[in-house]
Amino acid sequence: MKRKDILGLYDMDAAEIDGILARGLAFKAELKAGRKVFHALAGRSMVTLFYENSTRTRCSFEFAGKFLGGQVVNISAAASSVQKGETLVDTGKTLDAMKTDVIVIRHPAGGAPHLLAKTVKAHVINAGDGMNEHPSQALLDMLTMRENFGSVSGLKVAILGDISHSRVAKSNLYGLTKLGAQVSVYGPRTLMPAGLDAMGAKVCSSREEAVEGADVVMGLRIQLERQKAGNFPSLGEYAKYYGADGEVMKYAKPGALIMHPGPVNRGVELTSGLIDGPSSRIEEQVLSGVAVRMAMLSLLVKEDQDAYPRS
Amino acid sequence: MLIRGADAVFADGVKPCDIRIQNGVFLEIAPALEALEGEEVLHAEGLTAFPGLIDMHVHLRDPGFEKKETIETGTMSAVKGGFTQICCMPNTKPVIDNKVVVTYIKARAKEAGRCKVHPIGAITEGQKGENLAAIGGMKAAGAVALSEDGKSVQNTSIMANAMLYAADFGLKCLCHCEDASLVDGGVVNEGYYSTLTGLKGSIRAAEDIMIARELCLAGSLGLPVHICHVSTYSGVQLIREAKARGVAVTAETCPHYFTLTDAAIMGFDTNAKVNPPLREERDRLAVIEGLRDGTLDCIASDHAPHHADDKNVEFNYAAFGISGLETSFALSYTELVRGNGFSLPALSALMSARPASILALAGGKIEAGQPADLTLADLNEKWTVDPAEFVSKGKNTPFAGREVYGRVKYTLVDGRIVYREREDAANDR
Repeated sequence: MKRKDILGLYDMDAAEIDGILARGLAFKAELKAGRKVFHALAGRSMVTLFYENSTRTRCSFEFAGKFLGGQVVNISAAASSVQKGETLVDTGKTLDAMKTDVIVIRHPAGGAPHLLAKTVKAHVINAGDGMNEHPSQALLDMLTMRENFGSVSGLKVAILGDISHSRVAKSNLYGLTKLGAQVSVYGPRTLMPAGLDAMGAKVCSSREEAVEGADVVMGLRIQLERQKAGNFPSLGEYAKYYGADGEVMKYAKPGALIMHPGPVNRGVELTSGLIDGPSSRIEEQVLSGVAVRMAMLSLLVKEDQDAYPRS
Repeated sequence: MLIRGADAVFADGVKPCDIRIQNGVFLEIAPALEALEGEEVLHAEGLTAFPGLIDMHVHLRDPGFEKKETIETGTMSAVKGGFTQICCMPNTKPVIDNKVVVTYIKARAKEAGRCKVHPIGAITEGQKGENLAAIGGMKAAGAVALSEDGKSVQNTSIMANAMLYAADFGLKCLCHCEDASLVDGGVVNEGYYSTLTGLKGSIRAAEDIMIARELCLAGSLGLPVHICHVSTYSGVQLIREAKARGVAVTAETCPHYFTLTDAAIMGFDTNAKVNPPLREERDRLAVIEGLRDGTLDCIASDHAPHHADDKNVEFNYAAFGISGLETSFALSYTELVRGNGFSLPALSALMSARPASILALAGGKIEAGQPADLTLADLNEKWTVDPAEFVSKGKNTPFAGREVYGRVKYTLVDGRIVYREREDAANDR
């Protein structure tokens, strides 16, 4: 991979995305067969630097790094010198001085991974920055779609919910449109950012319109901890008008997949019937996540293997 | 002193003139003046002489934030940028809300001995938006206007009282317009680029609502008001309509609002983080039209110097502001005169006569008897903005690498050369 960092899908082209997905599918097949020992990261160190809470993304990156044979250290901001007032730039320099090969960062401020990437020699992977991007999530979503449909091109994907706060929606929009899928979006107008149409999305005026003919319906987590009051009256009203349920799924293609980045607020973004039903790929997405992160890590460090000879 | 051979900019045109200065004032302005015995001659052939530039919106950071700028470095920066008079905003520490701080700034500026510095007092004590600041005392000590710059007085009743009380002392309120509840942590303009970057946006209405409020107050109370750094097309329109209705409103904008759009935030460049935020192309064009038709009265830099530590952080945490004194003239000349067909007298009015008139300052024209404040520039010199060359402590500019025209060669204040581009260049032209 001809890049130092993976900061988002905005500046990644279709060929690069394809390459990651192809490698990810291969890893996923091996994982499904029960293999957990690989070598791409042998002799390398990786740090997960998380300034926000996370269970699945951090755990998934950690497994990916360890399965690949890397030395993985986890740092969470609550237990680090960040609490002593250290800046991101200084934290980055410290990790660099320890010869860290890869830093996986999650941060509440958009652009923090970009700032870190400019500062450090280590490869930087964005594991979610503010309301900007969450590339590994979009890649695992696309990998799941590709696994199910054989190809992402030509698919119709409906994304429902809080688009404003959703880095997942943004990365998916970039990635899916680059791979030739059609993306329709719908959510409360208070949570719909400007310019989505200019970014290639079909902005819909009802959930039925968004879901019409969809191959995939994706719910987005309402981040209750990020919501200020007043974006919508209640979770009940949100579920009724902006969530996915059996009724709205009648507009989708028969057997359309249900996806969600998790964790799900049951009965809000999706009904339990959909979450636990036969079309749900939510659990499948989790294993896709480990596989695609293994692909990202192995492709990113491959280029400089000669620079750090393994002994 | 005799300034020989410059093209002088007057309200009604540009004429080649020689300019004689004596005792700090313009004495004679005429073609082909003979040098008197022993008179110092400044050869200014090929240069354009503007009435000394005036920047009515500058942050000097002193007292309190001397790491960002001091009165010493800020006035060095001003005269390098061609400014002979600047007005400094009160968001210092302590806030300029009493005569002691006004007196301190005037004393430090006098020591520095470069351009004239006019302090602007806070509207409320500590800029807290509650009790009126010591307005009478500040006026007596030399404050030329009042402003809560950096925010608006959110309580409308307090603002109305402030305008009334300020009028007793002949002071105007210069209004930074921002509805805090609507901005709500926004750091950029809300639009395509806020969505692309995921940075929290704020909509035009956050600025427009406060512009409209100040216009309503001024109209209702029959008092003048000045609107700071207008950035929205809709704000320009509000002011245009108010002027047509006879409201005594004046307004300024800044070079970054007519040279940049919010596309500059791509890549999370914190140097493009400024308040109000960079807007869209339609706003940029409307600001230029506002300057052209007189809706916007003048150009101010909103010079907001910051230390690298305040900018080399996550975009959300970075300080707002652009270090503007050393690029304001060249950006304005390049964009407005070269790019949009403004005349030199029009540019000069925007950067000198109008701010003088808004704040009732002496100066702003090349005329016998006026203070000999003069900016001599080479308008054909093309140069590239390089923050490393700024004498301001604030190197924070989104214009690094930009090619501009118009280089200030000499700045004169009260007939004294306070800046020359090269120290050894006194008379070697």
